[in-house]
Amino acid sequence: MDGMAASDGMDGTDGMDGTRGTVAGGDELIVLEELEKVFRVRRRAGRFRRTRSEVRAVNGISFTVRRGEMVGYIGPNGAGKSTTIKMLTGILTPSGGRLRVAGIDPQHERTRLARRIGVVFGQRTTLWWDLPLRDSYALVRRMYRVPQARFRENLERCVELLDLAELLEVPVRQLSLGQRMRGDIAAALLHDPEVLYLDEPTIGLDVISKAKVRSFLRELNAERGTTVLLTTHDLTDIEQLCRRVMVIDHGRLMYDGGLPGLYEAGAGERQLVVDLEREQPPISVEGARTVRVEGPRQWLAFPAKASAAPLVARVAADYPLLDLSLREPDIEDVIARMYASGDGGGDGPRAAEVPVAG
Amino acid sequence: MRMSGLYRAVAGSSFRRYATYRVATAAGVFTNTVFGFFMSYTFIALWDQRPGLGGYDQAQALTFVWVGQGLLAATAVMGGGFREELQERIRTGEISIDLYRPVDLQLWWLAVDLGRSAFQLLGRGIVPVVVGGLIFELALPTDPLRWLLFGCALALGLLVAFALNYLVALMAFWLMDGNGLNMVSNLLGMFCSGMVMPLTVFPEGLGTVLQWLPWAALLQVPADVLLGRYAGGGAFAVLLFPLLWAVALLLLGRLVQAAATRRVVVQGG
Repeated sequence: MDGMAASDGMDGTDGMDGTRGTVAGGDELIVLEELEKVFRVRRRAGRFRRTRSEVRAVNGISFTVRRGEMVGYIGPNGAGKSTTIKMLTGILTPSGGRLRVAGIDPQHERTRLARRIGVVFGQRTTLWWDLPLRDSYALVRRMYRVPQARFRENLERCVELLDLAELLEVPVRQLSLGQRMRGDIAAALLHDPEVLYLDEPTIGLDVISKAKVRSFLRELNAERGTTVLLTTHDLTDIEQLCRRVMVIDHGRLMYDGGLPGLYEAGAGERQLVVDLEREQPPISVEGARTVRVEGPRQWLAFPAKASAAPLVARVAADYPLLDLSLREPDIEDVIARMYASGDGGGDGPRAAEVPVAG
Repeated sequence: MRMSGLYRAVAGSSFRRYATYRVATAAGVFTNTVFGFFMSYTFIALWDQRPGLGGYDQAQALTFVWVGQGLLAATAVMGGGFREELQERIRTGEISIDLYRPVDLQLWWLAVDLGRSAFQLLGRGIVPVVVGGLIFELALPTDPLRWLLFGCALALGLLVAFALNYLVALMAFWLMDGNGLNMVSNLLGMFCSGMVMPLTVFPEGLGTVLQWLPWAALLQVPADVLLGRYAGGGAFAVLLFPLLWAVALLLLGRLVQAAATRRVVVQGG
């Protein structure tokens, strides 16, 4: 079933088969075909010389998102996530390939498309800093020409689900990060967007705020059928919200499928961290390898699918064990390993750079 | 039609936003008033020596001073308007949020700036002129038509001021740091608008050139309209000057905006 979906377009998700290839289709909301974005950068090389090089921020990405899907779009910093989103919303012009969102070419009809999408940035706000939350919403109503009744209904719903009732009259600058984030999410939804792009919506939030945001998004997707594309570094966001994950690195789609498949594709390993009574040479036990030694503490890596119990028993039998803990693989590791086993070495620059004359 | 409702609402929000900065407003009024006194005494000394300098009598010269102090904040001729904010948004990449909206970038910021100007005209403009009028003998007209013409000249002047600041702000797409440009822009604005000295005071060649530059629309033209230097039809004709500059600079702003947004390299991977 799920496997590595290289950019040449193997599709991984169950039930997604047969959606590729056709462009204009009933419930295909977002369609990318070999999308590319190349930035030209000038860089100083010595005192007078400047070299020009091309950075392929997005290097031939193809995927389709159907109406009502909730998709995680992840990858390390600089992988090309934001660049993709900027092209999807029409504020960046693709260098190549084809792109449709709700049947619209974003680049040519940015404003028309803007009425049908919502965008939320965890690190930025669309709200008016010095004015009460309510004022920002009033502007949103005019901006998106939301009919009064519809607006009132949507606002009431957001206020209730996101717990905003007491915040409406508070100037945005006085809101906490979690409150502001909820305020921003509401602002992005008052015009009933068909697609919601979320960029790190839970960054910096405490556990309770995160849970609130997630349950709201789940409900939004289930009840309204809003399509959600979620960019995040928080794997829990993905686990709790998305059935489908797309991993991008170096501007290429490395994986497109379910979350369990991602761990398999990344040949995931877990780590057993053991504290011994004293410093020892690296432990050697069957079924694991020691990846790090720091004083009496050692890190043992073993396959994610294997049970930790026999390993613990073996270490405890042969070594003076004081304490231990288990580390689940994190998404960055999985991606790093996936890249290393994919198309080349893993230590290159973040985006593939091709020097050109000049 | 409905979009104009949006921009009115944006201007209204901007007005209310600036109204929340009460301490800044009070401090600004104080500063403008103090500077009005400095300049008044300087001008009195100057006009005592050279009566009729630049074609103004002393009361007219003092009127020029206080009207200038009243318009300093509204025209944002020394910055303090939307310019730094827009530059900062470009620098940090927050400009992308503005671009995600189904609105026109220039009209949006124009509405923001007009809302701010309107507040600062009321909040920072009136008090200095009233104080100046109480202490010194000013040549303020009683003819309502002349005030109306002044209002028109001022409105067009504010458009020109916005258009100039918008061009400067957009340069942040290329420069990434607008501080140097802002300093040059502030200096040009102060000098060429007549805030330092009425432009008619300067020697013929320089004075003529200055009077044809767009900055003249910020203070020189409205002040002259108020002082009644243009009689009859001439008062209407002179409004063409800021009107044409406003149209030309706003169109230029649109061209630059198109070029700038095409090369948006919004910060942050």
